[in-house]
Amino acid sequence: MSTDIRIKKGLNINLVGAAEPTTSRAVSSNVYAINLSDFHGLVPKMIVREGAEVKVGEPLFCNKNYPEMKFVSPASGELVEIQRGARRKILSIKILADKEQKTLEHQPPDLKKADAARVRAFLLESGCWPFIKQRPYDVIANPDDVPKAIFISAYSTAPLAADINYTLKGKEKQLQAAIDALSKLTPGPIHVGVGKGENSPFSGLEGITRHQVSGPHPAGLVGTLINRVDPISKGERVWTLSPQDLVILGETLLTGKFNPERVVALAGSCVKSPKYYLTRIGAEISTFLYASGVEQKNIRVINGDVLTGSKTSPDGHLGFYNTTVSVIPEGDDYELFGWTRPVFNKISSTRSLTFSWLNPKKKYDLDTNTNGEHRAFVVTGLYEEVFPLDIYPMQLLKACMYKDLDEMEQLGLYEVAPEDFSLTEFICISKQPHQQIIREGLDLLQKEIG
Amino acid sequence: MSENKLTLKKRLHEIKHRLKGKKIAPAFGAFHTFLYTPDETTHSGSHVRAADDLKRTMNMVILALLPVLLFSFFNTGYQHFAAIDAASGAPRTLDLFGNFLTWENFWLGFVQVMPLVIISYAVGLGVEFIFAIIKGHEVEEGYLVTGMLVPLIIPVDTPLWMLVVAVVFGVVIGKEVFGGTGMNILNPALTIRAFLFFAYPTWMSGDKVWVHGAVDRAGTPDAISGETVLGYLAQNNTFEYSTADMFFGFIPGSVGETSAFLILLGGLFMIFSKIASWRIMVSAVLGSLAMGLIFNWVVDLGWVGESSRFYGLMSFEYWKHLIAGGLAFGIVYMATDPVTGSQTHRGKWIYGFLIGFLSVMIRVFNPAYPEGVFLAILLMNVFAPTIDHYVIRANVKKRLKRFKTATVYPQATDDKAEQLKAETV
Repeated sequence: MSTDIRIKKGLNINLVGAAEPTTSRAVSSNVYAINLSDFHGLVPKMIVREGAEVKVGEPLFCNKNYPEMKFVSPASGELVEIQRGARRKILSIKILADKEQKTLEHQPPDLKKADAARVRAFLLESGCWPFIKQRPYDVIANPDDVPKAIFISAYSTAPLAADINYTLKGKEKQLQAAIDALSKLTPGPIHVGVGKGENSPFSGLEGITRHQVSGPHPAGLVGTLINRVDPISKGERVWTLSPQDLVILGETLLTGKFNPERVVALAGSCVKSPKYYLTRIGAEISTFLYASGVEQKNIRVINGDVLTGSKTSPDGHLGFYNTTVSVIPEGDDYELFGWTRPVFNKISSTRSLTFSWLNPKKKYDLDTNTNGEHRAFVVTGLYEEVFPLDIYPMQLLKACMYKDLDEMEQLGLYEVAPEDFSLTEFICISKQPHQQIIREGLDLLQKEIG
Repeated sequence: MSENKLTLKKRLHEIKHRLKGKKIAPAFGAFHTFLYTPDETTHSGSHVRAADDLKRTMNMVILALLPVLLFSFFNTGYQHFAAIDAASGAPRTLDLFGNFLTWENFWLGFVQVMPLVIISYAVGLGVEFIFAIIKGHEVEEGYLVTGMLVPLIIPVDTPLWMLVVAVVFGVVIGKEVFGGTGMNILNPALTIRAFLFFAYPTWMSGDKVWVHGAVDRAGTPDAISGETVLGYLAQNNTFEYSTADMFFGFIPGSVGETSAFLILLGGLFMIFSKIASWRIMVSAVLGSLAMGLIFNWVVDLGWVGESSRFYGLMSFEYWKHLIAGGLAFGIVYMATDPVTGSQTHRGKWIYGFLIGFLSVMIRVFNPAYPEGVFLAILLMNVFAPTIDHYVIRANVKKRLKRFKTATVYPQATDDKAEQLKAETV
């Protein structure tokens, strides 16, 4: 079964430096790291101490509020450092990798016979559970919940994002195993959005409801899919997963071994030969960054795509969920009369002496300059042009800013994640930090209502 | 050359860092960011940003206003000399290149209008700077447009001290007390206009204020006068201006409101560049046409006779309301202010329509206020949040309806829930 979803509102941000569809194996990293900032709202509790020897897939720490939920090591070696910040908050955990990688083996469940409890226990123990995120709140799913549906978007529309159809080629078996396991955890359907007319690895899978999605970004965001298919009401839970993570989850289910390998797109205008690399969660970005060559010195390395990723550096580590590493120039320079002169080399959603509307196919080399200062909300009606959800974006943002819980609920905060506001943030004339506002709103709502 | 630029850039950068955290920093920042877009980079969220900022947006409105300003120079001069000719018994006929676009007209207009522009900007920005320094926030761009709008919507001979008082009032009470640009409820330019109108009514209406020199010469043998189209109609008098004169703007009136043609061009420019809402403009035009048609219809039915004091304005052809007085200017440049207008698409239709509708109604029924448009817009500014509230309620209701059929499963490990489930199944 498949249905068509056509998104009209949105904006494709075409950037220079999309990854060429060739994959190289990255040199193996000396040090692997897990950044705790990848798991929003998690309170970790260490299981192993500094100096301990761990295998791939061996638990490093767990969720303090749900000790069965384990977070496992992406490498085998010595745990060399637990980096702590203010109030001894754990920031990252570093593992010095051995030459020979040993993997911890689990007994995988028999997917034909296993019940929900068995699958859940396996996913929690094997370190796969954190791949499952929930909405509302866009955090790691609570294993006690029974979601009304699970949503997966296999349509990549974000700028410079890895092409899922390429990176997941040949992984049908793992995907099917993951789907089979997940379907035991919900009585509802598993919705998968695939690009219309694309040759998706999901097209042959069973047990899913396929949606042929077309249109500009954010058509590929899972939030858009949810909003079109079955929006979330208060009290409801849905789970979301990214296709790359499904592969790891599926492989672990099939082999009993947590395999943190994934294909990552290295893209952006600062990369000399942008392409795909086979690497691992937590690997040093420099292990593949310099293999492709870097054009400039003053660069911003982003864990993720340019709209939603997090800032890192060449000696940073690949994030837990990331499938893209973007490298773009920093924009810390002044521009003479930048506010009034005609602009040909930047993207704009208006036509105010900006000329990106003349050639929508042109590829741009954008830097990290904000192109203006932070202001109060002034202009109206522009966000709606790039925001396909049935929500009033500016009103919701304002409700989050003045912390009116009732209004946040009524205007649809349960349905969104910060990433849904990445495009409105991109075009925002007042340069407001939309994703941060939404994140703070979600945190408040979760704290007050739960 | 390029080296010179580099040092200026570096020097300003150093000054910026030296002033950081000091009271004067926002004032310096205002000039610095005027010259250079800042070196700020993204910290959270999206790492790249679109090209537009608020300065650019405001700049577009000013660009759309420039033709109107330029035209006002010529028209101010032309109306002055035409009134003198008329007073001496030899009314002149318009000749665009012969007696309109002349250096004489331009210079007279320039000398009269520029002081209004300069005072408006100097006082308004002065207030903005003071507030920015006291409150320690950046100087925001809102006044760049307000400062240009104000001189264009007042009579040309408005004394400068009056303008100073009005601008201070308008910026402080109309904007700063609410928290500055983006927070105000009423359109600041119209607050200034309303203040002038109610504080100094004799300077804002009558047949002596619309033409430069008429006030000074009143009571002398050289007396001149110039009545606006609406002024004639309000007194049930006929006027000599052709429809083309009214459309292109060769008539007396507030400084920049006369040329419907250039306002139309400005409006199209702002719609094309997506700076102003076409929804508000179109619906306001429809609203004014609707009200005008109703009045015409009432006259056609014979309910209002020629003896009525409303006859002149009521029988005025419905579409001509758009080219007389400040209606066009108000619709294009004032009603579309995004901060004080409706913020939802559907709300904009309602808001705009009512502005057009009420403008013509006030104009006709209250001849003391021939300029109904500024009152209509201020009134709708007040109602805009209410309109939006009801538009948004529709979206909220949809969500609440969905909530009734929400699919919530009991938690998997909740024993009681398991029991309940077992009982119900």
